[in-house]
Amino acid sequence: MRYSAFRIFREGLTGNKGWKPVWREPEPKSEYDIVIVGAGGHGLATAYYLAKEFGLTNVAVLEKGWLGSGNIGRNTTIIRSNYLLPGNEPFYEFSLKLWEGLEQDFNYNAMVSQRSILNLFHTDAQRDAFVRRGNAMILAGADAELADAAQLRRELPFLDFDNARFPIKGGLYQRRGGTVRHDAVAWGYARGADARGVDIIQNCEVTGFDIENGTCRGVQTTRGAIRAKKVAVCVAGSSSRVMEKAGMRLPIESHVLQAFVTEGLKPVLPGVITFGAGHFYVSQSDKGGLVFGGDIDGYNSYAQRGNLPVVEDVAEGGMAIMPMIGRARLLRSWGGIMDMSMDGSPFIDKTHIGGLYFNGGWCYGGFKATPASGFCYAHLLARDTPHPTATQMRLDRFMTGNMIDEKGQGNQPNLH
Amino acid sequence: MIIDHPLLGPRDAAEFVYLGDVSLIDRPDWQAEDAMQRFHEYGYLRDNPAGLHRELWYHEQGDRSWLVVTRDTVTHEITSVELARDVARQRGRSK
Repeated sequence: MRYSAFRIFREGLTGNKGWKPVWREPEPKSEYDIVIVGAGGHGLATAYYLAKEFGLTNVAVLEKGWLGSGNIGRNTTIIRSNYLLPGNEPFYEFSLKLWEGLEQDFNYNAMVSQRSILNLFHTDAQRDAFVRRGNAMILAGADAELADAAQLRRELPFLDFDNARFPIKGGLYQRRGGTVRHDAVAWGYARGADARGVDIIQNCEVTGFDIENGTCRGVQTTRGAIRAKKVAVCVAGSSSRVMEKAGMRLPIESHVLQAFVTEGLKPVLPGVITFGAGHFYVSQSDKGGLVFGGDIDGYNSYAQRGNLPVVEDVAEGGMAIMPMIGRARLLRSWGGIMDMSMDGSPFIDKTHIGGLYFNGGWCYGGFKATPASGFCYAHLLARDTPHPTATQMRLDRFMTGNMIDEKGQGNQPNLH
Repeated sequence: MIIDHPLLGPRDAAEFVYLGDVSLIDRPDWQAEDAMQRFHEYGYLRDNPAGLHRELWYHEQGDRSWLVVTRDTVTHEITSVELARDVARQRGRSK
């Protein structure tokens, strides 16, 4: 069923009786060409692009819980491509271009809103670093625009420009950045994949891999064994737990990241704003709530909830750039589990086990990457060669010395 | 989280800096035949369990001691806190 304004009109006149469930609930078959483990945003996007771009539809997506129950519905919904390094920036720009055409592509309203992202800077040295980053973005085909304090005073008069400790000297805009209704991304990809014949199987936990002579032939699940020519793991947050079943140790620690939303307010924030001296980012949802977050808690966790010191740190970051946020009442806070990799960058790669593929290590940047992650993973699965924008996201890059360390922090996951 | 420091008693976790898995105590022998492989595993690969995890915390805002904390990564419950010095000596380290 194609969605359109006409369809809404017609259904409105006929008692809304024509709407159908958006995807099927099939029983797992005994064998598929490709089994994707994890029906989060990335897994569903992978299935969608496998079917749509590469013509592979004998595919199953297995999900331990319910569809989209992980970080696709927990993130702060920001999309952007303001990275620096050659291993990352073309990939994220590819992702942003996919976001721009996504709703027409999968015929689903994901409320993609390119309302801009602004990274504030507070010192001359930071300005220089942002100029460099902006140039790197432009070289990769993205957009970047440097704004001085006078311009920002006109556009965002509520910021605390004369803060004694962190005065705002300007910012780097990416006007094409913005926000997306995150859960709709899962529904849209699931619907598009299902319509092309992909089986999305919920409440089906993978309990083991069938590895014979160094080749993965399928998976054991709570709903029986499923054979597959290729098994594609896509379970960021739980990557170590799943890959351990295949005997692998990963360059990943799992950490908890908290997010917050206030009560609904009248429109006050035109786009996404980030603090340059601490870790704080904020946008306003279409319902009016201020959606914001900051640092990860910093210790290994699978708890999906964090602790108070980070709540305080995030609140301090907010107060430092826009004191008016202190008048808003906090409505909800929650946590999600991140694959924090050793260099802060992700993996889309084969493993040393034949037929077993791995996608993970997204740190807290997985949401914006969803379309390109799915596309590049599908490319790797279909053609066995990496997509041109994802050639450096290798699992063995720490052994070969080809880290993609945007912040230059070294192998300390809680500092990325 | 409250970390029950063996010398100082219960302290807020915010006084500490988190390093990571306790295996970081066991630095490989740099002269071993397979030193390259072992340093890769030591520096970059982690067990990352869901459940009990032994990990290194540094009391930066306190007595600057290194502690080995045993904590459940699913519930955040801390069940044991030792001085890292004692743990390292038990593992055969001289200092």
